[in-house]
Amino acid sequence: MSEKGYLEDFDTGFYDFRNDEKDAYKVDEGLTPAIVEQISKEKNDPVWMQQFRLESLQIYNQMKVPNWGPDISGLNMDEIVTYVRPKTKMSAKWSEVPEDIKDTFERLGIPKAERESLAGVGAQYDSELVYHNVREEVAAQGVVYTDLESAMHGDFAKMIRDHFMKLITPRDHKFAALHGAVWSGGSFVYVPPGVSVEIPLQSYFRLNAPGAGQFEHTLIIVDEGADLHFIEGCSAPKYNVANLHAGAVELFVGKNAHLRYSTIENWSKNMYNLNTKRALVEEGGTIEWVSGSFGSHVSYLYPMSILKGRGAHMEFTGITFAGKGQNLDTGAKVVHSAPDTSSYINTKSISKDGGISTFRSSVVIGAEAKGSRASVACHSLMLDDISRSDTIPAIDVRTPDADVGHEAKIGRISDDAVFYLMSRGISEEEARAMIVNGFADNVSKELPLEYAVEMNNLIRLEMTGARE
Amino acid sequence: MMSTSLLQINQIHANIEDKEILHGVSLEMNPGETHVLMGPNGAGKSTLGHVLMGNPRYTVTGGNIVFGGKDITKESTDKRAKEGLFLSFQEPLEVPGLSLENFLRNALRQQSENPIKIWAFHKELKKALGVLQMDESYAERSLNVGFSGGEKKKAEILQLMLLKPRLAILDETDSGLDVDAVRLVSQGVEEYQKKQNGALLIITHSTRILESLHVDYTHIMANGQIIATGDGSLVDRINAEGYESIVEAAAKGAMK
Repeated sequence: MSEKGYLEDFDTGFYDFRNDEKDAYKVDEGLTPAIVEQISKEKNDPVWMQQFRLESLQIYNQMKVPNWGPDISGLNMDEIVTYVRPKTKMSAKWSEVPEDIKDTFERLGIPKAERESLAGVGAQYDSELVYHNVREEVAAQGVVYTDLESAMHGDFAKMIRDHFMKLITPRDHKFAALHGAVWSGGSFVYVPPGVSVEIPLQSYFRLNAPGAGQFEHTLIIVDEGADLHFIEGCSAPKYNVANLHAGAVELFVGKNAHLRYSTIENWSKNMYNLNTKRALVEEGGTIEWVSGSFGSHVSYLYPMSILKGRGAHMEFTGITFAGKGQNLDTGAKVVHSAPDTSSYINTKSISKDGGISTFRSSVVIGAEAKGSRASVACHSLMLDDISRSDTIPAIDVRTPDADVGHEAKIGRISDDAVFYLMSRGISEEEARAMIVNGFADNVSKELPLEYAVEMNNLIRLEMTGARE
Repeated sequence: MMSTSLLQINQIHANIEDKEILHGVSLEMNPGETHVLMGPNGAGKSTLGHVLMGNPRYTVTGGNIVFGGKDITKESTDKRAKEGLFLSFQEPLEVPGLSLENFLRNALRQQSENPIKIWAFHKELKKALGVLQMDESYAERSLNVGFSGGEKKKAEILQLMLLKPRLAILDETDSGLDVDAVRLVSQGVEEYQKKQNGALLIITHSTRILESLHVDYTHIMANGQIIATGDGSLVDRINAEGYESIVEAAAKGAMK
């Protein structure tokens, strides 16, 4: 065959051939019990966990992909196994990490060793040492901070079995079931009664752990009267070869205990972030969520709090920044199921360059939750005419004796404010970044200084379009 | 001979949307001079201030503005500020979440080539707050958010004192202020002028802010034009007679 003939046949022939191959591929790529068993074996699971994984797989296969939120058809569910077991090892080569990610590391001023680690490249990293030291330090207070896999075999085996995916069950939704079947990596924290952990614990230390950043499971139990601040992630983009993230976070807040759970999430922009987070709060306990969502292509993220005991309290402070090509559906849920409980949701969302930011909230006040108070406030900022911002609040109150408030505002940056700042010698780009950073101030105020600084840098980067 | 003037406005015409507001305004100022711009409401005084600062709401349709020997007619607002031009706003804008101090530090950082010295900056900020009798907590508060009218005006003068421009346009900085506040604002303005040999273009309706300042020139503006210019004594005449006679005289003069 001449080269010319080949080119003439190209249009029709090539595409037919592709379809044939894809169909043949499909059979091999389904998630099977054998694959899950193999994962379980590699992880050295106890028997109950292996069974749990297999049951989750069954549920996964029965459930439908959610269709009520942003489009996730870009995830090929027929080839789910390629997300679960990517052919490329997580430890990719630095040279294969996309330029925009490298560029962002550079601009955030993250040292090279850390960059490689964050990109899933380097295996050796100082954080292992830091992690070890932190563990030693908190262990002196009786606090357990370890990876979940090894904890399943130690002194806390029963505690884990009693709590693991009891708050988020595999029946919650398809990706919770997937998580139950293939979860890998993550953290386990137990704070004994009355213990205040002085330093915030950071999952950042554990980023190198196998599977971290894809199907990781976080289980935190803060016992009666104890106090903990846990920080998940960091503001550098986490780059994964596989682009599905379906983690789970289960938080148990004991009587009069206090837990603050902070997240600055900046997944690479090819990521489908379908994460599930939930907290159960006993009498007089407090859960505080601080949540920043900057990365990913599509996000579904609605941390939920169940206020189970009298006087339980939750606060949610969040910010979502949707830039070009991003559809971020975020918010918070709360269920008041005891008297005198209170919740306070305060979110900011920003959309730019055609990004879509949707705020979804759900407040349920049960008949038994007399004397409860709930407040939801969502402020959105649209930075141009092609971006979108939606607010979808749901409020369900079953008792007349409750106080519920809701406020939503959507705005734009005023040209006059930009002119005002520019009249002091500030460039237009910088003026807009300053206004947006001010808008995000309620979140940065809640973060430890170094994270607040990084978040402000991140907003500045998004504003200057460095990550497009 | 080379001109040594700081500001030269040559026959400026400016529109808002399709309506011409300034019909050929000319004005010249030298370093360190104080000029007062008076005139009835709607004369175009504030417009002139905003056109000088490059507010994109206005379109310059004719004439030019030369500042420090440089034609800035087409320059962006931030570049004009970096050249040393400053506008004290009649209605300063509020920026939630941006503290006055951070804002000032950012502005200084963008204006100067050298990194700012944080301790020196703090000392200066504290001193300026003292002159204006503003509580130090204002530095931490969001820019103009929840400030009273008087506090906003003081915050403008605070910015003037720290940014040290070569020419400051004060757009009705004294309006709506009580006697004590006017006195404090005047002190801030005096201090700026003394230290920087700064030039002032003061847009005002009243003379209270002028009491402690030496006025070199007074301009009367009406219907988008400067119709009369005199020395400091013109202010007194207007106080006594109002604008009417001057506006009428100018109209007769134009008919001749």
